[in-house]
Amino acid sequence: MINEPLSASRRLDIIRHKGRPTALDYIPMIFDEFFELHGDRLCGDDRAIIGGVASFHGTPVTVIAEVKGRDLEENQQCNFGMPHPEGYRKALRLAKQAEKFHRPIICLVDTPGAYPGVEAEKRGQGEAIARNIMEFMMLKTPVISIILGEGGSGGALALAVCDELAMLENSLYSVISPKGFASILWKDASREREACDIMKITAEDLVRLKVCDRVIPEADGGAHNDPQLTAENISAYISESLQNLQRKFQKGLDEMLNSRYNKFRVVGDFDEFPHSDTQPSDNAAE
Amino acid sequence: MMQFDEFFSVVRQRLGSDKGDESSKKKTDIPAGLLFKCPRCRSVTFIEEFERNGKVCPNCNYHSRLTARERLRITADDGSFREFDRKMISKNPIDFPGYDAKQKELREKTGLNDAVLTGRAKIHHEDVVLIVMDSNYMMASMGSVVGERITRAIEYATEKKLPVVAFTASGGARMQEGIVSLMQMAKTSGAVARHNEAGGLYISVMTDPTTGGVTASFASLGDIIIAEPKVLIGFAGRRVIEGTIKQKLPDDFQSAEFMLENGFVDMIVERNKMRRVLAHLIRLHRMPEIKEVGSDDK
Repeated sequence: MINEPLSASRRLDIIRHKGRPTALDYIPMIFDEFFELHGDRLCGDDRAIIGGVASFHGTPVTVIAEVKGRDLEENQQCNFGMPHPEGYRKALRLAKQAEKFHRPIICLVDTPGAYPGVEAEKRGQGEAIARNIMEFMMLKTPVISIILGEGGSGGALALAVCDELAMLENSLYSVISPKGFASILWKDASREREACDIMKITAEDLVRLKVCDRVIPEADGGAHNDPQLTAENISAYISESLQNLQRKFQKGLDEMLNSRYNKFRVVGDFDEFPHSDTQPSDNAAE
Repeated sequence: MMQFDEFFSVVRQRLGSDKGDESSKKKTDIPAGLLFKCPRCRSVTFIEEFERNGKVCPNCNYHSRLTARERLRITADDGSFREFDRKMISKNPIDFPGYDAKQKELREKTGLNDAVLTGRAKIHHEDVVLIVMDSNYMMASMGSVVGERITRAIEYATEKKLPVVAFTASGGARMQEGIVSLMQMAKTSGAVARHNEAGGLYISVMTDPTTGGVTASFASLGDIIIAEPKVLIGFAGRRVIEGTIKQKLPDDFQSAEFMLENGFVDMIVERNKMRRVLAHLIRLHRMPEIKEVGSDDK
């Protein structure tokens, strides 16, 4: 039930609630026969991103999910949901596999951001994210991304170039974590909550900014109050969205790829002075 | 993830801040604007000589930052540049306080309408689409205008079958435009994807500093990636990483040389050779005009 909209900072509390379900909770509730597949075939297996093949009501799908962990041990294992390049490269490997076998891809996004570390830089964190963004844009199979909790920066976008983006009711999706935003623009990380409320990062904000296509309701007071109900809502969304996308896909690959491209192509807020060239022109003066 | 203020202070440290220049002026007692003090090797050169050298320190080969106009002047054939979309200016998508005023001030101060120039040009008679970022404008962070201009430029190149050469420099995504700036990463990378599909050439030249969301999008997607010597290239901010690992990082961390060693840059090219290298590479990628006898028409 959505009553009056909660503020972004109030939602930050909800998504940080200890009992908030993660992808590890949702996957068995939403999918049957999930087989996890490991490794990027280059250098390792990142536990911050898990993926594999599963069945969704009888339809084979590929699931790729960012995982934060539910207790300290899991947190450490999956680096608090902050992937290294090998995580993104594993995701891309599984996405290409899905393309080969014509399986739709379902990405579950939940990360404060890509990991800022020495090894991550050495192995090309920037390149790994960039490549995912570019390759996902051209994948010849439907892609749905769902933001479960935190969608932080390029680390989230690397799994969110898709045909349809949905957000759980209380999830947040932002260019940088609110803490990072406050420390950069005001040089004061403690103003996190204030940043949260001006950044326009709630699901409703992002629907207005044409970034998010659908808001999935959570249980009253937050997903932790009834994970099963929230999982059912996610299932219902996936089911409906898959049908739509399969229909679109059958109309023609080009149409689907064009519409994915345009989903991102149209985002931007600018003015052009009258009488200027709206298209690049050979005659424009220097 | 890029922490800009921290990143800037590192860059300032590395390059020497304005204050540093003033103190050097005091020490040497020579009127401002006459000498260049290299932030890397601390040697002092006459500005005239430094500028004649393409703003490269004659002593240590440090490649200092150029404005977009300066870059054009040393890259494009004289009078060949035709700018695209010069009248496009940013709005304020998340109503960030003070953003409009800041933009207005910067437009007046820099003479630019945002942090990138795009257009058609010739390099040694080779037709190209040029993208040149300018770090004097909000550290060339990528917002709507930067994203849109770059995307249009690449789309134009794809349509006209022209190679793209992008001189990148950026602190990353433009915080003040919120999620809209994050989407510019997808938009520009999408345009690169289509340029690739069409068989177009894209050369990315990383200049000081190429970081954050620009490293994590079109800058890292060149068919060929060139870097200028000793420039800063990375994803996360140095201070953020130091905060994570609780120790100081070596000086050459996230340098062009570091990226070359780790396999993320094809070559390091000095500024005075850049034009020639670019023209040669473009020539080598030109579709052969004469078909072989017996080859199939596609």
